[in-house]
Amino acid sequence: MTDALPHSLATEPTTASPTKVVARDINVFYGDNHALRNVSIDIPDRNVMAFIGPSGCGKSTFLRCLNRMNDTIEEARVSGSLCIDGREVYDKSVDPVVLRARVGMVFQKPNPFPKSIYDNVAYGPRIHGLARTREELDAIVEESLNKAGLWNEVKDRLLEPGTSLSGGQQQRLVIARAIAVQPEVILMDEPCSALDPIATARIEELIDELRKNYCIIIVTHSMQQAARVSQKTAFFHLGSLVEVGPTEEIFTNPRDPRTQDYITGRFG
Amino acid sequence: MTLSQRAHIVSAYGTELDQLADDIARMGGLVETQLTEALSAFVRRNAAYAAGVRAREKQVNAMYGDIEKSIIRLFALRQPMATDLRMTISALKIASDLERVGDLAKNIAYRGEDMAEFAPPPVLGQVERLGAIVTQQLQEVLDALGSFQVEPALRVWHSDDEVDEHYNSLIADVLTSMKVDSNFVGPGHHVLFVAKNLERIGDHATNIAEAVHFMVTGQHLEQIDTTVTSAGK
Repeated sequence: MTDALPHSLATEPTTASPTKVVARDINVFYGDNHALRNVSIDIPDRNVMAFIGPSGCGKSTFLRCLNRMNDTIEEARVSGSLCIDGREVYDKSVDPVVLRARVGMVFQKPNPFPKSIYDNVAYGPRIHGLARTREELDAIVEESLNKAGLWNEVKDRLLEPGTSLSGGQQQRLVIARAIAVQPEVILMDEPCSALDPIATARIEELIDELRKNYCIIIVTHSMQQAARVSQKTAFFHLGSLVEVGPTEEIFTNPRDPRTQDYITGRFG
Repeated sequence: MTLSQRAHIVSAYGTELDQLADDIARMGGLVETQLTEALSAFVRRNAAYAAGVRAREKQVNAMYGDIEKSIIRLFALRQPMATDLRMTISALKIASDLERVGDLAKNIAYRGEDMAEFAPPPVLGQVERLGAIVTQQLQEVLDALGSFQVEPALRVWHSDDEVDEHYNSLIADVLTSMKVDSNFVGPGHHVLFVAKNLERIGDHATNIAEAVHFMVTGQHLEQIDTTVTSAGK
């Protein structure tokens, strides 16, 4: 493991935001395809980190390393060191199912289970044994839906199918489902790309609220969204992490010409 | 003319930024002429120059209005980022400073018309020197803007002290002359106003230098280096 990072790649510690995720020399191969090259980055807790970059740059691949989603791809191979709270994610003793409860994920397209709104949220706590009684489970469901900003809209229709909700509500339901198993890190892979501007604004407001308690990492193709929701931004290109820094700096004065070209629309 | 050598993928956006840079350059050129002719109107008490300055002032104001509209449009429709953001925001600040310089030049030209009734006061040479320094500041900073050069902008920023020295010396001499000869109060008060206007134009040139520095480097001049601040200001 490499301790020292080049200055341009070291995330400056934020006040009251200790580092949650430490990645060193992460490489990912899909068969012969070298998808991620020597990525080293520190990701602070209780902050939103945005990953930006053109399609195929490796940002989603890196995101999927954090909860070992790449394990589900047979020919994927990951090397390097990736620690959350100092614990190696790829250690043999780590159970990926438990890890994925600690590191929740929200996808581009809302993917509620074909179950009731209640059961969508209750499913995780049930299988992870987080509630002993029905009352405890009810409390977790209500709290999670509240934190996801959805409770008031669904409290009278908890037994209706999750799929009966609008796209934006479904995405908040999925976030409630992730929150219900008490995660520490929430990964969001283009969570608003299928939503209208109002639903997008609600999710962005929710992200801003959630960052008080969680380490949030969001992959987005919308640079305006990255600028709006994140405190740190990382730019990926051709499988490499080119630059990471405070969002304000990345969008006003990026250091690397590749970042500059990408965010000003001069790429390619 | 933009900070990046590479063209925008959306060519219309690139064209709009180029147009903005051209508009600022044209406005700068016009204001430079305003200042030169306003000084001639005052120092040589030439009414023809004063009329020209008066006519062009409307043109400067109209250009500022157009530039402001195009910048609002760029923010609303293009959401400029990084160098484009810095260029656009700097253009807004620079256009505002140029508009003020145009306004101050007009005031100087007006004073020239009023001075026509007096004999040329002996301090006119000092006014001319102060005017020359400020004119050079404006020329240099506009050249720096056109060529994206930080060094000449920094030189202008540092030369603010020279303007202040000449200004203070001129004011002291005018006040002394007024005390000695009450006949000098009439022309002297016009000189005081013109000196103040020139000193303000120097300040606007300094503001433009700061905007050019931010545009090119992304750093605010007064925050980057205390040695720059202590040595230059």
